[in-house]
Amino acid sequence: MSTRLANQGRLIDRSKQIDFTFNGKSMKGYAGDTLASALLANGQVMMGRSFKYHRPRGVVASGSEEPNALMQLGVGDRYEPNQRATTTELFSGLTAQSQNHWPSLEFDVLSVNNKLSRFLTAGFYYKMFIHPRPLWKHVYEPIIRKSAGLGAAPDKELKDADTYEHFYFFADVLVIGGGVAGLQAAKAAAATGAKVLVLEQNSHWGGRAPVDGGTIDGEAPDAWIEKTLEELRGMDNVTLRDRCMGSGVYDHGYALGYERLTDHVPGQGGPRHRLWRIRATRIVTATGAIERPLSFAGNDVPGVMLAASMRDYVVNWGINPGQKVVVATNNDDAYRTALVLHDAGVEVVRVVDTRETGGGALMEAVREKGIRVELGRAIAKVKDGKCVTEVSICAQNGEGGARETVQADAVAMSGGWSPVVHLWSHCGGKLIWDEKNANFRPDASRPPLGHDGTGFVVPAGAANGEFGLGALLEDAAAAGSKAAEEAGFPAKTVAAAKGESEAEVQMEAVWLMPAKADIKLRMKSWLDYQNDVKVSDVQLAAREGYESVEHTKRYTTLGMATDQGKLSNINGLAILADSLNSEIPQVGTTTFRPPYHPISLGAIAGEARAEIFQPVRKTPIADWMDRNGADWEPVGQWRRPFAITRPGEDRHAAVNREVKNTRENLGLLDASTLGKLVVKGPDAGKFLDMMYTNMMSTLKIGKCRYGLMCTENGFLMDDGVVARIDEDTWLCHTTTGGAERIHGWMEEWLQTEWWDWKVYVANVTEQYAQVAVVGPNARKVLEKLNAAAGGGMDVSKEALPFMEWRDGKIGGFDARAYRISFSGELSYEIAVAASEGQAFWDALYEAGKEFGVMPYGTETLHILRAEKGFIMIGDETDGTVIPQDLGLHWALSKKKEDYLGKRAQARSHMVDPERWQLVGLETVDGSVLPDGAYAVGEGVNANGQRNMIGRVTSTYFSATLNKGIAMGLVKHGPKRMGEVIEFPGTDGKTYKAKIVDPVFYDKEGEKQNV
Amino acid sequence: MLILECPYCGVKAEETELAAGGEAHLKRFGPGSSDDEFHDYLFMRENPKGVHFERWRHANGCGKWFHAARCTMTLEVFGTYTAQTSVPTQEIQDKIAAKRPGWTWREFADGKK
Repeated sequence: MSTRLANQGRLIDRSKQIDFTFNGKSMKGYAGDTLASALLANGQVMMGRSFKYHRPRGVVASGSEEPNALMQLGVGDRYEPNQRATTTELFSGLTAQSQNHWPSLEFDVLSVNNKLSRFLTAGFYYKMFIHPRPLWKHVYEPIIRKSAGLGAAPDKELKDADTYEHFYFFADVLVIGGGVAGLQAAKAAAATGAKVLVLEQNSHWGGRAPVDGGTIDGEAPDAWIEKTLEELRGMDNVTLRDRCMGSGVYDHGYALGYERLTDHVPGQGGPRHRLWRIRATRIVTATGAIERPLSFAGNDVPGVMLAASMRDYVVNWGINPGQKVVVATNNDDAYRTALVLHDAGVEVVRVVDTRETGGGALMEAVREKGIRVELGRAIAKVKDGKCVTEVSICAQNGEGGARETVQADAVAMSGGWSPVVHLWSHCGGKLIWDEKNANFRPDASRPPLGHDGTGFVVPAGAANGEFGLGALLEDAAAAGSKAAEEAGFPAKTVAAAKGESEAEVQMEAVWLMPAKADIKLRMKSWLDYQNDVKVSDVQLAAREGYESVEHTKRYTTLGMATDQGKLSNINGLAILADSLNSEIPQVGTTTFRPPYHPISLGAIAGEARAEIFQPVRKTPIADWMDRNGADWEPVGQWRRPFAITRPGEDRHAAVNREVKNTRENLGLLDASTLGKLVVKGPDAGKFLDMMYTNMMSTLKIGKCRYGLMCTENGFLMDDGVVARIDEDTWLCHTTTGGAERIHGWMEEWLQTEWWDWKVYVANVTEQYAQVAVVGPNARKVLEKLNAAAGGGMDVSKEALPFMEWRDGKIGGFDARAYRISFSGELSYEIAVAASEGQAFWDALYEAGKEFGVMPYGTETLHILRAEKGFIMIGDETDGTVIPQDLGLHWALSKKKEDYLGKRAQARSHMVDPERWQLVGLETVDGSVLPDGAYAVGEGVNANGQRNMIGRVTSTYFSATLNKGIAMGLVKHGPKRMGEVIEFPGTDGKTYKAKIVDPVFYDKEGEKQNV
Repeated sequence: MLILECPYCGVKAEETELAAGGEAHLKRFGPGSSDDEFHDYLFMRENPKGVHFERWRHANGCGKWFHAARCTMTLEVFGTYTAQTSVPTQEIQDKIAAKRPGWTWREFADGKK
């Protein structure tokens, strides 16, 4: 069992005790602890259950590479699953729960999966659950979902209580990693005057060096780190950020930093996480290296740790990992752990070194302490359980026979070191296989390339495959200088600090322990702890024909967990290479993708949430609507009232009232959101003839024309009324959602195709407030306003006929009135300056009271137009509909040689008489057809589904006609008037509807033309 | 996240400021063209692993369309230039030829049919 040592612990402050709870149990730690170190100090070696087999698991590592110790942290709206205990700094009141077990961590029902592991091999889901098909959805999947997985998802009703932000930064040189290599590189780069940003993921600087020992410039590493930090902090051109992980490197020197501001001091206020969006001319990756586990049976039993991580726990946090420790290694570095343990008073019962010839000076130092070192030996097996109790030792070069068993409660393992090449690789940096250290390291000749075709990432130190303090610091100094010089600063050579550490002799590549382990051992030798992938799984995948490392990864799920295979990838692909009789470099690695370590969704969203997720566009009349009962709905970025409800009235009752009142008296619609584009210039007419399907160049000044716009594919994209303002000026109305898009569309053609045409386009949508004055009393209210103002625009039928417009004064307001109608009623759309919109609306509303005025919303607008059979872009059209489908042949110019979409509309499929066509639909019983319902015809298709012959595009209850009305596209529709067709609803009912003319109301158009 | 310099306003714009507009230097076919010509104009696009010409709009900036010549594999940008030309400028062509010996304009389209 682990405990706290009486001394040691360079990062903890024993004068500050901290209370926290784990699975409801009260525990104590110290300031400076991580949750992992505090749990170990409390004897809590077992920290969770595994994903698939529910095996007991403890902490394996001490940093962000940790695969096992995932916790559910916090409660309520600050609850988060899957947080690493190793990267969670302890704070007072922290509440943590372990994951993936029921009913408790100690006793877990589903640990029965462990007994069944023989059947739960790679790809077993695919093999076992394919037949019979229906059982997957109803039986297998629910069971698997319950038994597999990590922490519980947060309550979907709760919103994250914290805030997050984005921060932008530009640097000449970005140094990722604040270990001794990063600090040395930063120092070299900063000396040139370059603007340098240094990111360190931990709360402490200096990386591994203070734990690993050696000297820098003749001093202990701690002293040099302090001195260098002091120096860098004093420089104006250097920014240092701790608790800030370099998360990803992207195109053209873009990088993301993930800063955890208040995770360790919750309640302090301010944003919790900050996403640094960085542009750097050069990026130095000084990201260090990660130790690899050894693959032996039971290498996942709680108490088995990476050797260097165990050393961290002793030196940094004063943890005694156990009473008796076995160290297993294939290299010299793990001997440092044996020495540290010995110095801390922990009994090291064995060092098992796979190398027949053993190690160098470090091994000798261990032997001098009287510790038993065995060469050419391996761990055959760690006995299963909730913590290590027994370790059996055998020859490395064998099958695992002739074992010697020793009692121990902790195991330190080291399979060698892999440089953290992730950030080098994110944007395409290539790797080479380093035979000497058995790892992939950056290939300096193939860096990720920037905008000018030169490499923009420079690896440094251990991340570049340089181990040993001397070589590492020299490499880092050179990397810093190179980065600054390439960023355009005069070369300045800074002498690297002189690092000295014990010489190490050649390590031995060991991918399986013992080398010829039998199947029983291989089935208990874990590669990927978090996803429960074992040596036997990868070997099985190879036998089943998986040759590509990318395929094997997906089949076995090796490296697909939230740690992205930081510990498992190299071991896994070495096993794959061996199984395929291939070499590791030939098998290659899977792709490294950002983020390096999971980052919070909150940080990605930043400030963009709730009301500032996207801007809401409001018309000048929006506040009035709000005060008067608007029931809002989003329309593009606008908010428009669906209806304007009265107290006690629901939205549907309001709509019916609005419809009837507009038909019978007077309705007012805030139409300000309609797009308004001014198109002006000597070639404007020619240009609009290309943009619209009908002729706009011949439109007379003072007149309006309804126009259609199509894509080059021939499909309808927008519609609206165009008014000719003067000789070279047109005003084009677009749909509410289409203004910016159509403005962009016009600009695209003007700038990239017809750039010699003399035309300007201006989007004036927001310059005007526009009010539709609609209904039999529309003219009366305008005349009343003009009379009150002592005169104004003549709005009579004769002076302002249907489909014309006039400028003038209405009620004293400067106005432009369009006699256009989207309702079929007598209608004026009147534009005034946006600043006068509310005053104009007030005047209309006040004057309209004696005529029965009521405001109406978008739903009434829809119903009024549907009663008239007017199409709506987005309802009758969906990007596959051409004007001909909608019976709009009259709006297609036959005279024009060309317009956008014309050639496409001549393609064979476009002229096919089998295309579905617009008709009206009326249910037999007067009910409302379901929106989007499909009509079915005779026979079935190749999938055994009934053939479809049409669909509903718009459907409403018409208060005017007191029945359901609809429009739809139906095969041969216009030729089938009077036929009744069937629409199966999703509610199980079948709706019967008669095909009718789409114009339901005032077929002759008498009401609008009065 | 690419950075492209807008040749109109001179801003070195981040990709978030820009809207991609697909392949540059297409020839429009309208009424009177054959089915094949029109089909190719609408649907057939280059997809080179290497030098490519694209249309971009400085959408959250000056609003202008421009052309960019870049390598789709390395993301190297050879230059940006006016959208109001049907062939890349000579300067751009020379620059690409210098960086990719043997490259000539439109050679990359040879495999199309």
